Amino acid sequence: MKDKMAAPREAANINEGESKRGGTPFFPRPLPGNDGQSSSSPIGAVMVVGGGIAGMQAALDLADQGFKVYLIEEQTAIGGHMAQLDKTFPTNDCAMCNISPKLVDTGRHRNIEILTNSEVLAIDGGPGNFNVTVQRNPRYIDVSKCVGCGDCAAVCPVTLPDLYEVGLTQRKAAYRLYTQAVPAAYAIEKRGIAPCRDACPANQRAQGYIALIAAGRYREALRVIKEDNPFPSVCGRTCHHPCEGSCTRALVDQPVSIMALKRFVVDYALAYGREKVTPVPRTRPEWIAVVGAGPAGLTAAHDLIRLGYGVTVYEALPVPGGMMRVGIPAHRLPKGVLQQDIDDILALGVVLKTNSPVRDPAALLEQGYHAVCLATGISARDLSLGIEGEDAAGVISAAAFLRKINLGEPVQIGQRVVVAGGGITALDAAAVARRLGAEQVNLILDRPRGELPAYQWELEAIDAEGIQLIERRAITRILVEDGWVVGVELAETAPGAATDAHGRPRPKIRPGTESTLKADTVIGTVGQFSDLNFLDPRYDDLSIDSSTFESEIPGLFVVAGRRTGASYIIDAIALGHRVARSIHAYLQGQPPELPAAATLPVARYARQELAQKVFVGEITPAKRAEPALLPTPERVTSFREVVLGLTEHQAREEALRCLQCGVCSECLACVYACGVNAIDHDMLARKETLQVGAVILAPGYQTYEAGLSEEFGFGRYANVVTALQFERLLSASGPTMGHVLRPSDHKPPRRIAFLQCIGSRDQDHDYCSAVCCMYATKEACVAREHQPDLDVHVYLMDMRAFSKGYWAYFERARRRYGVHYHNCRVSSLQEDPGTHDLILSAVDEMGKPVQERFDMVVLSVGMEVAGSARRLAQRLGVELDENGFCRNVSLNPLETSLPGTFAVGPFREPKDIPESVIEASGAAASCAAMLSNVRWSLTQRPEYPPEREVAGELPRTGVFVCHCGANIGGFLDVPAVAAYAGSLPHVVHSDHFLYACSQDSIKMITQRIRELGLNRVVVASCSPLTHAPLFQDSLCAAGLNPYLFEMANIRNQCSWVHSEDRQAATHKARDLVRMAAARAARLEPQHTISSPIQSAALVVGGGPAGMTAALALAEQGFPVHLVEKESRLGGNLRKVLVPMPAELTRNRTGDYQELARELIRQISNHPNIVLHLESSVADTSGFVGNFTTTLRRSDGSTQILKHGVTILATGGEEYHGPEYGYGSHPRVLTQLEFEEFLSNQPSAIHNLKSIAMVLCVGPAERYCSRICCIVALKNALHFKTLNPEAEVVILYKDIRTYGFKERLYQEARQRGVLFSRYDESHPPKVNLPEEENGDGKLHVLAYEAALDTWLNLELDLLVLSMPVVPSSEARALANRFKVSLDADGFFSEAHVKLRPVDSATEGIFFAGMAHYPKLAEESIIQAEAAASRAARVLSQGSLSVGGQIAVVDPASCTGCLTCLRICPYHVPKIRVDLHGIGGIQGAAYIEPAVCQGCGICAAECPARAIQLIHYTDAQMRAKVFALAEAFET
Amino acid sequence: MNETQTANQLIAFCCEHCAYAAADLAGSLRLQYPPSVKIVLVPCTGRLDELLALDALEAGLDGVMVAG
Repeated sequence: MKDKMAAPREAANINEGESKRGGTPFFPRPLPGNDGQSSSSPIGAVMVVGGGIAGMQAALDLADQGFKVYLIEEQTAIGGHMAQLDKTFPTNDCAMCNISPKLVDTGRHRNIEILTNSEVLAIDGGPGNFNVTVQRNPRYIDVSKCVGCGDCAAVCPVTLPDLYEVGLTQRKAAYRLYTQAVPAAYAIEKRGIAPCRDACPANQRAQGYIALIAAGRYREALRVIKEDNPFPSVCGRTCHHPCEGSCTRALVDQPVSIMALKRFVVDYALAYGREKVTPVPRTRPEWIAVVGAGPAGLTAAHDLIRLGYGVTVYEALPVPGGMMRVGIPAHRLPKGVLQQDIDDILALGVVLKTNSPVRDPAALLEQGYHAVCLATGISARDLSLGIEGEDAAGVISAAAFLRKINLGEPVQIGQRVVVAGGGITALDAAAVARRLGAEQVNLILDRPRGELPAYQWELEAIDAEGIQLIERRAITRILVEDGWVVGVELAETAPGAATDAHGRPRPKIRPGTESTLKADTVIGTVGQFSDLNFLDPRYDDLSIDSSTFESEIPGLFVVAGRRTGASYIIDAIALGHRVARSIHAYLQGQPPELPAAATLPVARYARQELAQKVFVGEITPAKRAEPALLPTPERVTSFREVVLGLTEHQAREEALRCLQCGVCSECLACVYACGVNAIDHDMLARKETLQVGAVILAPGYQTYEAGLSEEFGFGRYANVVTALQFERLLSASGPTMGHVLRPSDHKPPRRIAFLQCIGSRDQDHDYCSAVCCMYATKEACVAREHQPDLDVHVYLMDMRAFSKGYWAYFERARRRYGVHYHNCRVSSLQEDPGTHDLILSAVDEMGKPVQERFDMVVLSVGMEVAGSARRLAQRLGVELDENGFCRNVSLNPLETSLPGTFAVGPFREPKDIPESVIEASGAAASCAAMLSNVRWSLTQRPEYPPEREVAGELPRTGVFVCHCGANIGGFLDVPAVAAYAGSLPHVVHSDHFLYACSQDSIKMITQRIRELGLNRVVVASCSPLTHAPLFQDSLCAAGLNPYLFEMANIRNQCSWVHSEDRQAATHKARDLVRMAAARAARLEPQHTISSPIQSAALVVGGGPAGMTAALALAEQGFPVHLVEKESRLGGNLRKVLVPMPAELTRNRTGDYQELARELIRQISNHPNIVLHLESSVADTSGFVGNFTTTLRRSDGSTQILKHGVTILATGGEEYHGPEYGYGSHPRVLTQLEFEEFLSNQPSAIHNLKSIAMVLCVGPAERYCSRICCIVALKNALHFKTLNPEAEVVILYKDIRTYGFKERLYQEARQRGVLFSRYDESHPPKVNLPEEENGDGKLHVLAYEAALDTWLNLELDLLVLSMPVVPSSEARALANRFKVSLDADGFFSEAHVKLRPVDSATEGIFFAGMAHYPKLAEESIIQAEAAASRAARVLSQGSLSVGGQIAVVDPASCTGCLTCLRICPYHVPKIRVDLHGIGGIQGAAYIEPAVCQGCGICAAECPARAIQLIHYTDAQMRAKVFALAEAFET
Repeated sequence: MNETQTANQLIAFCCEHCAYAAADLAGSLRLQYPPSVKIVLVPCTGRLDELLALDALEAGLDGVMVAG
């Protein structure tokens, strides 16, 4: 509702003239703006790659600052890993509650275009002007149409592991990544074309109907089959099923019984009543004649009539069906089922003319048909066998034999039948001969039986039915007596083949092997040849295009004959489809269709992949279902069908064997279910080129694949889960609703172990993942909160609680939650196979091997760069390190090796959410600096008509109730609710929509407002949190103020939560609508006004953070006042004399003196920076956009500054307390003093034989000062380099070298630095030598736990790692600026995770050590982030003020100060120029520009002098009383 | 209107930033709860003053819930 940001304006170009600076800039210089040379004009747009929390933050910062942002996300929704988390440390806030507002803001920001399912392919151009090629992968659901109702997912039959739930549960192939996903649209996942579909000539969606069979949805399965195949009954019985031949399941055990499943569906439909087919309406004037009622002709007829054409089929025979009818005996294909398929085609309106041979198809064209399809296919002509005696009586060809039988014509056969040939037809003929009563049937086979193209059951049937097989023989002669067959002469065949005089293949004969066999009937088979010589001779040389089937005679299409005919039924069906498409194209005057290009790869699995799935139990091997067969005695006495088909149980089990290779089965159930036509299975990937000025890479991380650490059994042991899985188990929206249950038995665990550093700090990962210690601690605490008796143990090497509030969090975990921590690394886990408990083996702190039993083990997996991010970097030419992390090559830590491109988040180095957010804002600052001259050049503002004045009108409310498909309409009576709404006071119109948020409905609401003069609108649908802005737009479009809108959330609060009680849900929906209408009637239009803002920034503190922040803003063209209390810039940076080893830490800014010099040089010369040295803030007042600050110089003079924002970067100090004898002995130094010693006294270094360092001194026992370990190691290594012989001992509690700093630790150990751990109860003891006494050595006693003894260290020097403490003036400054401090005196951010550089007071930001101890590199990044946040305000030009804010009626104010005390944002003030109740001087005033609109003051004001606009007492009471009205009616 | 007379009527004031969103999530997860609970969105539970709660009871509602 609130709209704090005003109308964007062209920012005035304050930067007069180009600065004269050289060297390495921290920030890309502003490129010349639009007014410059057009050829190289920078583009006011930025691409952000990766939609996680960092990507969203960068996008929002830039979009708010006037840049167009393209947010590129690989997945179907933004949100990244944070959206998967349950809670966030150290506040235990709900992660989703934190991220969800960011998701919504990102999703509806006008300047952000989210491109989901997209990846960056290539980049060219340079800083300011890049061309980025993006591939938009198909989502198969149109985001602009989808309303997110989920009907598609509800009907989707394909389930697969839900990756958002880390595989703990299943989701559908049509899915939304997670409930709160942005965009809310669903998507369909396709891995590719299933091999079964690919293998089928007709592209039958086998996986589709199999998935539906598995779900028991047989009618829909039949619908799917018929999408591609009008002959399901036939192909369920007699197909040669190439699908099964390519079925992936064969790589596991046996192929899925696809054909039998198809038949099951047909049988089931027949048994339970097939859906009646209704004629297709004629929508096109053309008539088409199809010649031939075989599979090809009827398929073409089927397709054409469905396109709206008139179709007549001519058939020469008395019955339709072609070879299906006359070539296949009834015991394989009963006539009834074939007729059923044909009837369904005819029922569409096809006209069939049997007994109508066509010899001259062109004549049909002359008769008036617009096209003719000659689809005579195979003509079963009686061909000569080519052997002696074939003309004798009793010799018949198999084709003729079968045709006569099938047509019911009389056939004479004898008792001894010989069938020659090795094909299906021969087998059929033999089986038919047997059924006709032949006593002896011999099947002469020219090959071994194994080579017969027949099913196993058919081979078995040969024997079972008493057919004798004579293998490897051929008939060489038919023996004839008196013109009648009396036998055949057989000979053995030899391998290879010969051809006869007609060019037909003949078996080779072994001479001399002849024998004879008695016979009275010979049935011969030869290959079935097809030709067109039944046609008029003028067609003899007809030329036919083999891809379009179009002949040289326009309008005549031919799918028959040798070139274009088919040999299998399914091929013929495929031909039918293709010729129908050709004819359609011809009739529509379109170019002949080219064969469809393969858009998706065939989804195959490698054998090893499947073996792995079997290994982890994802696939359970199971035998293929085989249909039952008719008992043999019944077979040979009748023509009853031999194969009986699968039972329902068999079919469902068999369907479950399908591996769902393609993921989406393309069953099209979603297409039928979708009420807004959003689904398009034919979407294609497409490339787009986008012009942007800069690029930010935020591809995030992937968790380490825990299965690779085989010793922990992940994937094999059910109760070993990853921390991300555990996160989902803890989540209330997760698979177990937040109850932690063991995966093996779904029982609550009693003992859980967390194993740290899985995929971190090991041989393959020389870095620390930086977050695992904390997330494990968080998960341990939350698990204990859920289940207080849970026994939780964490096995770790070091507790890395190094950031703000982390140490206190860890202490709370130990002390309050009783989480047990063990400093050891676990070597392996074993599962107890009986209980699925886990037995953990480790070596404890004392070096003793231990074994412990746990119910559940959580692996704290580390961070890695995903393969997709590596490939992205490769494509862009961005340099990565050996682990795939992005290399930083310039002084700007966020810049990549590709100029103008920045990297943020874990892609640079493992890190947590706040640091990722900081980096995101920091990178935004760098982009903004580069593109500052083209702000607002590509952004858009909505264009609305002028607003209609409604003051003085009586309320005229329109109520619109939404069905949300079935989501609301399925569970409550929507029309009744709408009708009821119409009866409410002030309601002049009510209506209901299938989807209120669909584009049509939105337009309709606008139209109704205009037509009916509505001045209030209520939409009863879903949540205002997601949908209010959309509907408010429809008000604005009608010229109605957007505040005149109210919602009733009848989906999330009625239909979904009372889905079992329709009446109650309906009733409650009426209540909610009544309440909404009551408030709506009392709503008032609200307007915002523009308030100008000061364009200057005040930066307090001249250390690295302050300098960076000042530069970052100055480079963006904003005037900056940089205030430093000392006489020179640099702050603590000047004291850090030992550089950070850049090669180890990847820290380009590691030479701190170089860094300081460079920053000072750039600051000193910058025209936009006014430097105030030896100055401090004496006073400050005002609010965001309009601050007034008084500076006092050391000479006492003052200066008043006006500024729009303030950045506090006042730094920290090294603690100098008395611990461990500091201050009382010259050989006890702090780390900074040690650095000075190392740098300034090179000669003295070699006198040091032995030194020790103590970590965690003084206040560092309360909070971790973050940098001490790293500084100590840096200095220890430097010292070792200067004096390799010296002994260095580091006394520590935990070594907290997070991220790449871990390498310092490794290096130190390799170079012989000794480490000795102490615990709180055994801190080191220092014995200072008496003055002027003996050797002058220091003695330090260090407790060695493994030996349970105190070691005496004799030292030349003791170096104390003193923590960083807040600067001495921080508290005074905090009071002056009204910002709060944490318990340790550091500035408190507005939100630990998501607003880490903002203060709770708008317009004031933090950076550097004043916020918390940090390395210089981190201070710099944070300063950039603060600058970005500040620029977000400054770039507006003005702030829009008003809307939902609190206003004081001074005439009622008693000046009691309640509001001043209660406001969490310190907004209310007493203004002396106002007069309160009774005219007393001074009344409260709330500055509209900074009021947050929470309304606390309004509730607390004892005089009721404050009202919260838009939530006034009257508006709130209206709702309450409207609810209560139910009692009165 | 019989059912409303027999069931308790509860009004739940839910903070826009947390509890209201949680109620939305409860819907998405199809969690079932009694229909007598009616949720009212508030910009912050701090907005709620006791008078409004008393109004609700005075109007005849059986209970007031504040969640935020």
